[in-house]
Amino acid sequence: MSGATLRPVLRRVAAGLLVLWIAATAAYLALLAAPGDIVDSIVGEGPDTPEIRAEIMREWGLDRPALVQYLDYLWRLAGGDLGRSYLLQRPVAEVIGEQVGPTFTLAAAAAALGVLLALLAALTTAGPRRPWLRRGVSTVELVLVSTPAFLIGIVLLSVLSFRFGLFPVSGDQGLAALVLPAVTLALPIAGLLAQVLRDSLDRALEEPFVLTARARGVVERVVLLRHVLRHALLPVVTLAGWQFSLLIGSTIIVEQVFGRPGLGQVVLNAVTSGDMPVVLAVVTLSAAVYVAVNTLADLAYLLVDPRLRRS
Amino acid sequence: MAGPLVDVADLHVDFAAPGGRTVAAVRGVDLTVEAGECVAIVGESGSGKSVTARTLVGLAGPTATVRAARLDLAGVDVRGHRPRDWRRIRGRVAGLVLQDALVSLDPLRTVGAEIDEVLRTHDIASRRERPARVTRLLTEVHVPEPELRARQYPHQLSGGLRQRALIASAIAGEPSLLIADEPTTALDVTVQAQVLRLLAERRAAGSALLLISHDLAVVARLADRVLVMRAGEVVEQGPPRQLLHAPRHPYTRQLLDAVPSASSRGRRLATPARLSVECTVPALRRIALPTRTAAADDPVIEADGLVKRYGSREVVRGVSITVGRGETVGLVGESGSGKTTVAQLLFGLLPADAGTVRFAGQPWSGVPERRRRPLRRRLQLISQDPLGSFDPRYRVERIVAENLDRPAGRAQRRDRVAELLDRVGLGPDVLDRHPRQLSGGQRQRVAIARAIACRPALIICDEPVSALDVSVQAHVLDLLADIQAADGTALLFISHDLGVVHHLSDRVLVMHDGAVVEQGPVGDVFTHPRHDYTRSLLAALPTLTAVG
Repeated sequence: MSGATLRPVLRRVAAGLLVLWIAATAAYLALLAAPGDIVDSIVGEGPDTPEIRAEIMREWGLDRPALVQYLDYLWRLAGGDLGRSYLLQRPVAEVIGEQVGPTFTLAAAAAALGVLLALLAALTTAGPRRPWLRRGVSTVELVLVSTPAFLIGIVLLSVLSFRFGLFPVSGDQGLAALVLPAVTLALPIAGLLAQVLRDSLDRALEEPFVLTARARGVVERVVLLRHVLRHALLPVVTLAGWQFSLLIGSTIIVEQVFGRPGLGQVVLNAVTSGDMPVVLAVVTLSAAVYVAVNTLADLAYLLVDPRLRRS
Repeated sequence: MAGPLVDVADLHVDFAAPGGRTVAAVRGVDLTVEAGECVAIVGESGSGKSVTARTLVGLAGPTATVRAARLDLAGVDVRGHRPRDWRRIRGRVAGLVLQDALVSLDPLRTVGAEIDEVLRTHDIASRRERPARVTRLLTEVHVPEPELRARQYPHQLSGGLRQRALIASAIAGEPSLLIADEPTTALDVTVQAQVLRLLAERRAAGSALLLISHDLAVVARLADRVLVMRAGEVVEQGPPRQLLHAPRHPYTRQLLDAVPSASSRGRRLATPARLSVECTVPALRRIALPTRTAAADDPVIEADGLVKRYGSREVVRGVSITVGRGETVGLVGESGSGKTTVAQLLFGLLPADAGTVRFAGQPWSGVPERRRRPLRRRLQLISQDPLGSFDPRYRVERIVAENLDRPAGRAQRRDRVAELLDRVGLGPDVLDRHPRQLSGGQRQRVAIARAIACRPALIICDEPVSALDVSVQAHVLDLLADIQAADGTALLFISHDLGVVHHLSDRVLVMHDGAVVEQGPVGDVFTHPRHDYTRSLLAALPTLTAVG
């Protein structure tokens, strides 16, 4: 990779780090401003005397100036130390680390499935070839886009699991248990991406280079895959990046619907009990995912379109 | 193989239009192309010439219905061909070259990959032999450093190299027929000459050519026979010499008259329909343009020693230019010569790195925009692509009204705009249309109406007719001349088309590599060029008179 190609890559990575810092700071400030005293949360149901309170202040470093606390937080964050949970009295990294696996597996499966379904739907129905199929598929997509994920999940559960018993109702027992939650999350994504991709394929099909390719005797399927798809991908890449980064949020809800272990349970407990370090860590983690996915999307742009590699 | 390569009789192509209607694009065309022959189809956009050509490779489009008494390609009846049968013809029997290789080659793939695709599709060479074949094809179309170029993307190549690479991809399957649809449109004259030479070489090598163009002058040098198409029908055909010197059909005469050149100076290019039918004597068809007064000694704009640098590259190197009141000054040069940058400097859109501009007797460069703004209305621009300069959500009325002097009442404003549209030859029916609903010629007229709405002292026209057909171009050029005569507006006419500049301008400046290499009265410069570059430009110019 030459220097000219490397520079835009570095610029995007630097921009990503900047966004991450802003997100971490914003989360920190938001929690400072939130109602409720930190010491109250730590004390919880335990004995509560002024001496104990003073002890807690010292132990957690809450008696230091605000700026020092903030810088300390950033410094630890950079080193991967997310602090200690008030509630569980354990390092947050450990708490999250135990639960992050199933959530990421689910999100990744949903993202892959969503893209696959979108590609399938858009590529088979783009252009003027099969108007009836196109109309049908497009309608289904619209319905999926406008239905909340948890509702899709409940419908799938009651039909496929309760009635036909094809998939387990809840839990994390292997691949079979992953299918329904992943499909639930993937369907709205697939619907949206397919709509945009089809539109974008239609526009690319009108370009002169498509005529040139056809005039070479290239099979229509190859014209679509080799020439048209790449052009059509550009707007979809941005949208997909955005959708994937929102996945963490919807995953938490769907985990509840399907009774799966994962970050969902952790977040729910942390929010209801005011366990600030955990909430802060999850917020920062989702920001990191957001930045990482979108930086990857930006880099995918460079991969797809050589014309962008210059500046 | 006996018989002609292409043998078409009574070809009809209909398109299904919205609302269940059908539009007849081609109506009863007969066409034959012998092996090794060069046939050209000439006509304006919408005449059905491109559709005819694309029908020969089965690419008229999904909504097209093709009927013909005979449709033979290389001795095979292709009526009722299925997609698979067509694919064997495309690239192998007939290759297609479109205009503007920047978008006709896939911009996301390397030039080499595009040429390779033909070899791969038709199993012409093994995977290991193909790179060498690609290099050889690029060499054959005179692309220097073929190995390097094969690895580059279309946007990294110059316009001429790109177009040659496109031709290389069309000949990769060694087709016996090469169909070229406007292969040189939008190219500079010297590049155009190179591409035409390349096509002539292909023909000398035994390939038959079918050229499609709106420009008779371009195809006349190359073609054995020319077909003139209009509204889906062939109105006249014959050898180019006969068509140019003794055209029988009024439409052919109209097309010839529309070509701007030295000999068309001072007369109208567009022929009124009535005259073209009745008059057969060329001299009588030529209507004089209204006379105008130009005062070269009374400058509207004066630029002195303009310099513009981008990094270490000097794109404008000490250009001085003046345009007098009511005068037309032509600025010619090829793409990349710095013409448009000069226009932007004159406009004050870019700050100059050195040099001064005075407009309407006042300092124009180096003053804050606040002081320039009151004078801005006196300086207008007409660009090559007016569509880009219109807000796509505005209707024509609002587009033009933006440039009107004082705020007026709604009805009054509408009347004023209708008046302006009338001046540029548009009816009140376009008032409520959006830019996308207008044809290229109509858009350019709207751009002119907008420019003249505030009675400017100077209009800078940057390639205003380069994207238009010869016949539409004729109307627009006549219109500019009329307006200039009536309003006394000065024109700075930037163009790569020497014929247009010769037809219109009083004085001309020739730009090359950012500097003015020659200037003077247009007759002197174009008939007695002193600079080598001017000479090479003139030599490359395809002319109607050169065919004899």
